Amino acid sequence: MSDITAGATLPQTSRYATASEARLMWLRFRRHRLAFAALIVTILIYLVALLVEPLAPFNPDKSNGRYVYHPPQRLHLIDHTANGIRIHPYVFGEHLARDPVTLAAHYVPDPSQHVALGFFVRGDPYRLWNLFPGNIHFFGPVNPRDTVFLLGADRLGRDMLSRIIAGARVSLSIGLVGVGCSLILGIFFGGLSGYLGGRVDWFIQRVIEFILSLPTIPVWLALAAALPKDWSPVATYFTITLIISLVGWTELARVVRGRFLALRSETFVTAAWLDGCGQGRIIFRHMLPSLASHIIASVTLAIPMMILAETSLSFLGLGLQPPAISWGALLSEAQNVTSIATAPWLLLPGVAVAITVLALNFLGDGLRDAADPHAH
Amino acid sequence: MLISKPRPAAPMRADPAAEGDVLLSVRGLSTQFGHGPAALRAANDVSFTLRRGRTLCIVGESGSGKSMTARSILQIVPHPGRIVAGEMLYYPQDAAPVDLARLPPHGKRIRAIRGREIAMVFQEPMTSLSPIHRIGWQIAEGLVAHGMADRRTAMARAIDLLRQVEIPNPAEAAGRFPFEFSGGMRQRAMIAMALACGPRILIADEPTTALDVTTQAEILRLIRKLQEEEGLGVLFITHDMGVVAQIADDVLVMYRGEVVEYAEVQQLFANPQHSYTQRLLEASRKLGMAAPPARPAITPGPPMLRVRDVTLTYPAQRSFFARPKPPTHAVRGVSFDLFEGENLGIVGESGSGKTTLGNCLIRVLQPSAGQVQYTMRDGQVVDVDGMHRKALRPVHREMRMVFQDPFASLNPRMTVEQVVGEPILMHGLLAGAALRQRVRELLASVGLPEDAGPRYPHAFSGGQRQRIVIARALALDPRLIIADEATSALDVTLRGQILDLLLALQPKLGLSFILISHDLGVIRYFCNRVVVMYRGEIVEVGDTDKICDHPTQPYTQALLRAVPEADPARRALLAQP
Amino acid sequence: MGRFIARRLAGMVPFIFLVSITVFVLIKLPPGDFVSNYAASLAASGETVDDSMLAEMRHRYGLDQSWPVQYWHWISGVAQGDFGYSFKWQQPVSSLIGERMGLTLVLSFATLLFTWAIAFPIGVYSAVRRYTWGDYFVTLLGFLGLAIPGFLLALALMYAGITWFHQDVGGLFSPPYVDTPWTLARVGDLAAHLWVPMIILGTSGAASLIRIMRANLIDQLHQPYVETARAKGLSETTLLLRYPIRVALNPFVSTLGWVLPHLVSGSVIISIVLNLPTAGPLLLQALLSQDQYLAGAFLLLLCSLTVLGTLVSDILLALLDPRIRFQ
Repeated sequence: MSDITAGATLPQTSRYATASEARLMWLRFRRHRLAFAALIVTILIYLVALLVEPLAPFNPDKSNGRYVYHPPQRLHLIDHTANGIRIHPYVFGEHLARDPVTLAAHYVPDPSQHVALGFFVRGDPYRLWNLFPGNIHFFGPVNPRDTVFLLGADRLGRDMLSRIIAGARVSLSIGLVGVGCSLILGIFFGGLSGYLGGRVDWFIQRVIEFILSLPTIPVWLALAAALPKDWSPVATYFTITLIISLVGWTELARVVRGRFLALRSETFVTAAWLDGCGQGRIIFRHMLPSLASHIIASVTLAIPMMILAETSLSFLGLGLQPPAISWGALLSEAQNVTSIATAPWLLLPGVAVAITVLALNFLGDGLRDAADPHAH
Repeated sequence: MLISKPRPAAPMRADPAAEGDVLLSVRGLSTQFGHGPAALRAANDVSFTLRRGRTLCIVGESGSGKSMTARSILQIVPHPGRIVAGEMLYYPQDAAPVDLARLPPHGKRIRAIRGREIAMVFQEPMTSLSPIHRIGWQIAEGLVAHGMADRRTAMARAIDLLRQVEIPNPAEAAGRFPFEFSGGMRQRAMIAMALACGPRILIADEPTTALDVTTQAEILRLIRKLQEEEGLGVLFITHDMGVVAQIADDVLVMYRGEVVEYAEVQQLFANPQHSYTQRLLEASRKLGMAAPPARPAITPGPPMLRVRDVTLTYPAQRSFFARPKPPTHAVRGVSFDLFEGENLGIVGESGSGKTTLGNCLIRVLQPSAGQVQYTMRDGQVVDVDGMHRKALRPVHREMRMVFQDPFASLNPRMTVEQVVGEPILMHGLLAGAALRQRVRELLASVGLPEDAGPRYPHAFSGGQRQRIVIARALALDPRLIIADEATSALDVTLRGQILDLLLALQPKLGLSFILISHDLGVIRYFCNRVVVMYRGEIVEVGDTDKICDHPTQPYTQALLRAVPEADPARRALLAQP
Repeated sequence: MGRFIARRLAGMVPFIFLVSITVFVLIKLPPGDFVSNYAASLAASGETVDDSMLAEMRHRYGLDQSWPVQYWHWISGVAQGDFGYSFKWQQPVSSLIGERMGLTLVLSFATLLFTWAIAFPIGVYSAVRRYTWGDYFVTLLGFLGLAIPGFLLALALMYAGITWFHQDVGGLFSPPYVDTPWTLARVGDLAAHLWVPMIILGTSGAASLIRIMRANLIDQLHQPYVETARAKGLSETTLLLRYPIRVALNPFVSTLGWVLPHLVSGSVIISIVLNLPTAGPLLLQALLSQDQYLAGAFLLLLCSLTVLGTLVSDILLALLDPRIRFQ
């Protein structure tokens, strides 16, 4: 009986051997460069949404009749002064001119005047998160009376950059809250379906199939059209979120159920039952940790769908209505041909949407690969 | 393990006339994955010669590079693998030899050889056949691709071939899909496909590993018959020394990509040169039918488990969308007793219901009829089949299970310490430092190193994982352990180790075992009595010696006859039954 | 096969019934009804509103009856091909929706074909040439296609059309053909206009189909049966076409079940932006003015269209995959 011990020492370095599954997932994720970059972009975008007030150079609601449809100004960095070259951000000053024939107003840049820009400048007063008063802006004109429109102005002369930054908060948080609702519904029904099986499973599956086979946008339209026009923005916000997640939960529920069923038949779950674990312990200690990574990946992939849904609804005027600021509501200003022709920069919130959705998709994709390295 | 470097010489051949029989001569073949210092040599400096009408077996355990060697010959090494050195001279019928290693893998010349001159049969007959094409066409396709026949003639030839591989009703079978066939039938179809173009070399990569022993014997007989008819040179890849002993003429032993020994089969078995070959042979013989068994001497105690008429029937399925399925009896009317201190084996092929029965005994599955009575340590008799699921906890404390797949039975998100400690914690026996101490003792008792505790299962090999599973089973001081194919996922050298570990623990801990296995050798080595199952029912129950030496039932006899014995001097397997 | 289709068709009946109830609940969900909406718009324009006239209108439209009664009237009419009456347009619904639903169908199917024609070869290319620059480029393009909402693409194309081509890319017909009866010339005009909404609508679908095809094919490329076929001596191209691509086609076809709802859904919003004479714009108006039977007919037909898509994909799949046929 010489062969009783396993003999050879354990081959792997102990750092790898004692790395938990979560840590291994992180290591795999780190190797996925694009997804890692997307993670950083996502964090930055969410930071913007968090710190709207100090980051926006101006109050996004401040209108000014003088700057209606003001085009974007070019940002300069190299300043040829009498004392040589100075590097600092500035834009040219400008004056309003009228076309002698059509009498249309347009802005003529004046290279002799410089509007100096700087970081951490004083500007419009605000209350951060409606709590902390302040007037320091991360970026803006050094002189608070100056104006600068890096991304142009809308039909009321409001700064688009500030409005896009402000829109991030609503659009991104709708994504999160919506996914939160979907997640609760999805885990509840998906888990119920997967754990109980039998008739409950059959019924929930039919309901999910039914919802999935409905064309989402017409249904959203019908639901959103049912919202009373006189509701407060906050009530509308939450109802819209709820409407969006009403469809979104089904996808999550399917993922949860599928994984749950797969896990339930895993030998290690049977082993846990034979070890004397109760149902709660089996679910929370043995099954949920394996589910978590998949849920995180699915959730990350669900957020961009939510953002797109909100944008679409608000764009059609059925979601959030002005004065509420969201990317969709901003885009609804660009609904007709004439406004796009006059002020193409009104489409810029769409670029913000695209970047955000892109980053979240890359991130979700990377997380999914990391969660399930054996999928392919 | 140390591998002595001087490479073995090829078996000597005095007969110069035999030179004309050479089909394939491989010299210094090296195949590797990746580039640079991180590259992995799957096969390193492999040399052998394959002759007409002879069978060369390449034998080795998982990861030995035997499959990659076979794939290198046809230049179908999966990406990113490639041949980096060596020559592989193929001698066509009436032409100059071709060096296969020099042919580009996607080129016309190697394609003209694949299937037509050298054909291959793969391990998994299910996945190796296209699921959505008819069998007949898959066989005929090669003929059409090589321009040897038009579609109609090729289809007619396919039916002939199906007849030749002894598939009943070949004309009808040609129109069927692979999923309508059983595993053995699929492998026959694969062989028909390989033979379609009349190749001169047949490479068979573990063609019987996924099959039951009785089917394996049929397939091996079929290959031998065809070899004699067509004068094929057969390159047979296997991990099973029993199969080698039964069919090989020459044997190439591989270990971690290297050839450690190359000899004629009689010589290799009689006088193995390399220490690895010796260990492999020793391990195979230990679990062979001629070896002395290691089972415990029993002092028959009182019956511990009374199983009466246990039946598990899956009800008929009626569905609106699918065709109704009749009820299936996974286990039907099974009765036996287990006495304290004995090892009982349950043997059967796939579909015999042995695993289902094991799961019924411990109530992972609920039997639809019958009784499972267990006598507890304190003498109380309980009905395992009728108890409330929640009341089973004390029973599960005494009755534990070891599963087949050591990878699936450990939670990847728990450390070894947590896994082994879980049952102790759940039964509220120990906690904190005392628990950790107990877990350390358990791990030591199954021969795991001291620092295993904080590691995760992914850091362990298959054999080590199975030790962890055993430690978990022992954690509650059980009386009965049900081991379901506990050794079949492991290499043969590890199988014996695990069985010896269990046998060493048995007297110390006062254990009884129910060992479920398809492998009669394992059962014979380990068990005092054996239950033979076939299609859900018991065929025979009795003392292992009696059953192995004097089986009374035809099925048991067939099963025993199909076991390939690791002794080339006693070749019974290929004799027609 | 006949039995299979018959069973599936039979299964559709309760489904459509459920859809009709859901649709009815949806259109009844907003507070008030068409008449109160109408009254509000009259009041907004400063006209006096006579309560007895409103009550008379309600009675005439049957809006004073209970929901189940209204539903029953509606659904029994629909079963006989009568979709009810549009309050707003003062016309039978069927005369309003006929051409618009037809065009929606044409647009959705044209886009479907376009999506497949694009996604299939690109997906195959990107799987076979995995981890090459071509694959990365296609993957990036695919992600971009998924990230840009359809209406934004429509707006961008409109902007491009105006600034560079001085032409409105909206609509499905040139002005002379808008209200003419169907002629060959009108069909040609439609075909000339169809491609813009087709591309806009198809982009996100094509992007996800490329990803699906790529993933499916990558799964199949390393299956043992591919190795078997290679060992038979088939050329790489024959091998690829005959085995992995053929097998990967099945999950691809089964995507039809959800791609069609997706397209129908997307066509609504894009039609509104591009002002296409399809279901979208009229549906939106009908929903906003609570023109319940018009909205109901659109919703019911759009939902049924997606059910039809699932049916077609199931039948195709059964034709392609013997395993499903033999189940």
